[in-house]
Amino acid sequence: MNEILTPVMIVAGIGLLAGLILAIASIVMAVPKDEKAEAIRDMLPGANCGACGFSGCDGYAKALSSGEAKPGLCPVGGAGVAKNISEYLGCDAGDVTRKVALVHCMGSYDNTTDKVEYEGIETCAGAAIVAGGIASCQYGCMGLGDCMRACQYDAISICNGVAKIDPARCKGCSMCVQACPKHLISFVPAKKLAVVRCNNCDKGAMTNKVCKIGCIGCKKCEKTCQHDAVHVKDFVASVDPEKCIGCGACANVCPTNAIKIIDKDGQREIWENKFQMVKCDYCGQYFITKEHIIIKE
Amino acid sequence: MIKSLVAIFLAAILTENYILNKFLGICPFLGVSKKLDTATGMSIAVTFVMVISTAVTWPIYTYVLEPHGLAYLQTIVFILIIAALVQFIEIVLKKYIPSLYNALGVYLPLITTNCAVLGVTMLVIEKGQSDPGFGYIQSLVNAFGSGIGFLVAMVIFAGIRERIEHNDIPKSLQGLPITLVAASLTAVSFLGFQGLVEGMLG
Repeated sequence: MNEILTPVMIVAGIGLLAGLILAIASIVMAVPKDEKAEAIRDMLPGANCGACGFSGCDGYAKALSSGEAKPGLCPVGGAGVAKNISEYLGCDAGDVTRKVALVHCMGSYDNTTDKVEYEGIETCAGAAIVAGGIASCQYGCMGLGDCMRACQYDAISICNGVAKIDPARCKGCSMCVQACPKHLISFVPAKKLAVVRCNNCDKGAMTNKVCKIGCIGCKKCEKTCQHDAVHVKDFVASVDPEKCIGCGACANVCPTNAIKIIDKDGQREIWENKFQMVKCDYCGQYFITKEHIIIKE
Repeated sequence: MIKSLVAIFLAAILTENYILNKFLGICPFLGVSKKLDTATGMSIAVTFVMVISTAVTWPIYTYVLEPHGLAYLQTIVFILIIAALVQFIEIVLKKYIPSLYNALGVYLPLITTNCAVLGVTMLVIEKGQSDPGFGYIQSLVNAFGSGIGFLVAMVIFAGIRERIEHNDIPKSLQGLPITLVAASLTAVSFLGFQGLVEGMLG
């Protein structure tokens, strides 16, 4: 009898002891659950993209519940989610400017060429390892579609050898930004805005050789801009979206048409200087509509 | 003493590697080795649990089971203890070291039923029976070395898998088949360490 009873007792005893210790430990060391954070977590879209700057939706929900972050940082959820969260938290939603991803390259086959015939793996990451990529411009889009595959919302297409993002479909999740090995994609606010759609840091003559539409760093835009929004650094211009009012003066003077104006909703792009410019009678500057004319006394 | 401990430690990493020589713990080896950071996190958690569970199961076997002639209960008791222990560690980490919990938390429940952990605790006792000099400290060093060996294998294999991702693999071999082929080749390469530790310190 003892032969059976002793082992049963010992195993049962160890099991009971372990169970008791676990039960006591889970009560004594219980971590209070953050109900607020969990409720907020349910409101967030759950894409876990990290575009808000926190480690996924859980991280953002935690920061929101402890008041470290403001609602409206989630580009995927947009204004709707921001409104829900601010109602729940009882605070002001703040300004939610929608941001859309933009490819800073227009190196289509009309403007640039491939320097080699590439027969390797059909990904940008793969091609970028071989001698800096296949495009003649080493900074430019290779058009092999890593961003297209990364996009969960079907917003990116490869057209004529260059990636194009449909701003209406872009949710701002930043997956394409991370996928591009040439770091050509970045966010711009969806408002009327000038953007430099080139990333070539070479000197003007070098840029001219590889691309018809590249930024040559001539600084005409910098001199033209009345709002201190355009600056040329490393032979490529960049626009400060905070300061830019979208007047289009820089796009008008750009000799290579590397600067484009994107429209308020980010949906329409005005190409090749076809937008209407209005000359101000007082200061002689060109502006895009009459609303933008600033009267200087 | 020190020399023999170093020999045990190195042998546990290279010649007695739990994944590549004993083929234990293959599930995390194939499942979690897709990315370097998850592979490292998992291995650190495994090392941690291996050492602690050896530290607990060795005295229980030596002082409770063996004197009562209950050595045959070893497997079931060890599973019970390791499962409870991992749960306990999870609770403690959640409360007192949340940063470590965030880093290892996902992997801890996975380890509860990991055969490598059970294998270490049982083989350590087997070794102690065949060699009287193999006591508690030696067992702990062996468990720690086994964990580091797990880490080495995982990190090597994570690197290999990241390379495989960028390769053009025939359709019939894509996914798990090519991973298993790569795993077998890695295991074969570890055969090269056979006799190394004895030659170095023996």
